[in-house]
Amino acid sequence: MNLSLKQLQEELKYDRTASCVQCGYCLPVCPTYTAFKNEAHSPRGRINLIKMAGEGRLTDLSALEEPFDLCLGCRACETACPTGVEYGEILEAARAALGKRRTLSVPARTLKKAMLRKMFPSRRMMNIAGHSTWIYQKSGLQKAGRITRVIDKLPYHLGAFEKVLPKPVSPLERFKAPKRVKAEGKRKYKVAFFTGCVMDAMFHRVNQLSIQLLARAGCEVTVVSNQSCCGALHAHSGEQKEARRLARQNIQAFEGTEADFIVNNAGGCGAMLYEYDRLLADEEAWAERARAFSGKVKDISQVLMACGLPDMRPRKGEAVTYQPSCHMTNVQKVTKEPVELLQSIPGIEWKEMNQADMCCGSAGIYNLVHYDASMEILDHKMKEAKRTNASVIITTNPGCLLQMKLGVEKEGLASSVRVLHLVEYLAEAAEIAEPVQ
Amino acid sequence: MRALTEIHLEEVKSIVKTGRVLTKESDRFSYSFDGSFGTFLPDAVIQTKSVEELAALVRLANRELIPLYPRGQATSLSGGPLPVKGGLVLDLSVMDHVLEVHEEDLVAVVSPGVLTADIHRAAEERGLMYPPDPSSSHVSTIGGNLAENSGGPKGLKYGVTKDYVIGLEVITPEGEIIKTGGRTVKNVTGYDLTKLIVGSEGTLGIITKAVLKLIPKPKASTTMMAIFDSLADAGKAISNMLTAGILPSKMELMDQASIIAVEQFEPLGLPVDAAALILIELDGHPAALQEEADEAAALCQSVGAREVRMPKNKSEEAELWKARKLVSPAIVRIKPTKISEDATVPRSKIPDMCKRLEKIREEYGIHLVVFGHAGDGNLHPNIICDKNDTEEMKRVEQAVEEIFKAAVELGGTLSGEHGIGLMKAPFMEMELGAAGLDMMKRIKAAWDPNNIMNPGKIFPEPGQKLELS
Ligand SMILES: Cc1cc2nc3c(=O)[nH]c(=O)nc-3n(C[C@H](O)[C@H](O)[C@H](O)COP(=O)(O)OP(=O)(O)OC[C@H]3O[C@@H](n4cnc5c(N)ncnc54)[C@H](O)[C@@H]3O)c2cc1C
Ligand code: SF4
Ligand code: SF4
Repeated sequence: MNLSLKQLQEELKYDRTASCVQCGYCLPVCPTYTAFKNEAHSPRGRINLIKMAGEGRLTDLSALEEPFDLCLGCRACETACPTGVEYGEILEAARAALGKRRTLSVPARTLKKAMLRKMFPSRRMMNIAGHSTWIYQKSGLQKAGRITRVIDKLPYHLGAFEKVLPKPVSPLERFKAPKRVKAEGKRKYKVAFFTGCVMDAMFHRVNQLSIQLLARAGCEVTVVSNQSCCGALHAHSGEQKEARRLARQNIQAFEGTEADFIVNNAGGCGAMLYEYDRLLADEEAWAERARAFSGKVKDISQVLMACGLPDMRPRKGEAVTYQPSCHMTNVQKVTKEPVELLQSIPGIEWKEMNQADMCCGSAGIYNLVHYDASMEILDHKMKEAKRTNASVIITTNPGCLLQMKLGVEKEGLASSVRVLHLVEYLAEAAEIAEPVQ
Repeated sequence: MRALTEIHLEEVKSIVKTGRVLTKESDRFSYSFDGSFGTFLPDAVIQTKSVEELAALVRLANRELIPLYPRGQATSLSGGPLPVKGGLVLDLSVMDHVLEVHEEDLVAVVSPGVLTADIHRAAEERGLMYPPDPSSSHVSTIGGNLAENSGGPKGLKYGVTKDYVIGLEVITPEGEIIKTGGRTVKNVTGYDLTKLIVGSEGTLGIITKAVLKLIPKPKASTTMMAIFDSLADAGKAISNMLTAGILPSKMELMDQASIIAVEQFEPLGLPVDAAALILIELDGHPAALQEEADEAAALCQSVGAREVRMPKNKSEEAELWKARKLVSPAIVRIKPTKISEDATVPRSKIPDMCKRLEKIREEYGIHLVVFGHAGDGNLHPNIICDKNDTEEMKRVEQAVEEIFKAAVELGGTLSGEHGIGLMKAPFMEMELGAAGLDMMKRIKAAWDPNNIMNPGKIFPEPGQKLELS
């Protein structure tokens, strides 16, 4: 074998493709295959493309770009795969290899790069983003936008998201957020709260409710200030170096807290934190510390289940369904807890969604950079969501939350269906928060 | 056989008005494989739900001698949909729009791209059952099942795909749309073309619609696991069961190698020191079921079963079946390449076949695992190997040939359910004899005079050999 092919094989993690026996068991669960009906957009097809490139049969790597760009990275294929193909690893390697080779002229990529490098890791930038959301909504610009439809012409369809942005909190309120909250009643656990970047900038309220809910359930909660973005968006788009840097920063930030658990409320971020051990496995100085960190990572639903929920006020026959976060299901493998929490609220009518495990098409910033593809996937999802006749759709990740809101808006259901984060709904039932409309 | 020219492609595009013609490099590579071996690039991939458009394409291909390759979801284990001579792949999985259950006639009418599991579900919703249950049901299309005449564990009691097809709509290789059979179980008008098309592996035409027979769903079922210290005793239990008048709905065998592989993959409390185990499922009326189950258990014990496990509830039952389900994934953890054979012998010859397999394992020094649908003689000897190890693959090739020989010598067949396709074509004459094979060739020539429909399959090319390395 010539040297460059061998290098390419290493770069693409070609050896990981060997366990794919092309059985196709992953096809029915893959949202992009279901929506686009093309094997180039199926897990088996994508893995085969890597095999072909690694074997030197497919020499023009640009043929891989579209299939790997349009993969949601939801990893439902891994859960379905009987032979344990590590698709996540293959995907990340492919994206890194492709990123290195391609031209940056395409505007979507530039936007993506800028957002990844500058915005997500920087607390300041995200604060500005959060504040500008606030200014944008408070200043009346939002209204003007709606009226003049200027907003619909914004690049990358940011306009579509305008309607579903959460109600903002003022900068002052964000600044005043407490750094330590005592457990109510007897302390059951000491937890450190991971705020996340998007979560904190755009869903500050959900974070605050999470902390209050944890405290009500018996946790002492600390919020360390030097924590950073989890790095998921970077890792998934092949920016491994940056992802590793962020991982180290977070591990360091949380080491001092001596918490029983590191709690988060965003399925995507949680999955990334959960995999720091894998990410840093080859860094001698960090592998052990990463393992210790990842071992403590828990989704908020797991901790609330462990503590037991505080008293809930009965709902009046509200029909509730749950759209799980892919990474929570397929990476963290947390599937039962959110459902059990919801079912334990007295008076709700539980509605199971058909193919609930299928991605909603939000997938990090996929819906921003691949708007049309993402909307096709969302249409599939909304068909099932509507069939449940639920008036509340629960999610556990900020991207899913926005995307499902967008779906509800698109279907013209905004007046009858609410889309909420699990924490918002629990807080409402526990009378910690006012209901949101 | 001709390659597709630009002019052809223009004409193809003008025919496919309601569907898609995929020609990008990533697309062509993505339709170049199936669940077996080999990569063959088509010139283009066609996706349309329109039968008329497909028929027009077939007429074009027949005129211009362009190879056509029908394809379902490419889960074939024998190379069935591989476009070995280029040309057009017809992706029929997109034809998933018709799934009607007509309770009053006990039939289902389906388009070829419908997944078999969706037919199971639709029938069960109405208290009915479509019995053929290949383990790939949730991913394979009914069109693929029909073309391969697929079967599954339930074949023992209920038969295989061909036993449930009563009518078809087919595009012939000359581009005519014909109907075979109909909606009645009884039908003796002329030759039974329905049965000829079923199992023809896409070489005689494209199935565009099927009428399937449904039966009432049995009211209850129960499972047990019988554990044996010798493979021969397990074989005896299987044949005695059937002669004693008990017809289980499933009877699955796992040998020691597969028990160990599963237990290492996921500890389920299986007896790793046992030589074999059989999983038995009985179904029928709840009143009769318990008695039959006790009888079956006693019978296993009388031929030397060391233990018979009777699960207490449905979840324990599911645990037992899990063991069988995990065999395939478990064995590929040992080595990455899995050659999945499905040589089948008459039931009474199962113990002999097991002995022959044992010998082959030792003689060629291969990692051979045996499990499968023992009740109907359809064993799955699987060879676990590494396709990058050329020396090993040579031994595997020889061992595969020996397995075929053993099956045929014992009065069995090369393939119980996976089909001939590309991989087994070289061995056709071994089973059929020269005259038998020639009759089949003549049928093929009569249907497809220009040999455009799935060319390169079933019939060996001069000098063709099994090549895995
Ligand atoms: C993990 C695994 C387990 C399996 N288990 C079983 C099992 O238990 N029993 C069993 O029998 N098989 C089994 N198979 C084999 C395979 O799933 C079956 O052969 C299945 O019927 C193939 O269906 P498909 O839709 O994937 O068709 P494909 O693989 O795409 O095609 C199969 C053949 O059918 C032809 N074809 C497809 N559609 C049409 C059509 N509409 N008209 C004409 N020809 C057509 C193709 O040309 C090809 O020759 C298994 C495969 C895998 C990977
Ligand atoms: S399920 Fe796994 S082994 Fe099967 S095709 Fe998909 S990735 Fe490959
Ligand atoms: S990660 Fe999701 S979108 Fe990507 S191949 Fe797997 S199932 Fe499909």
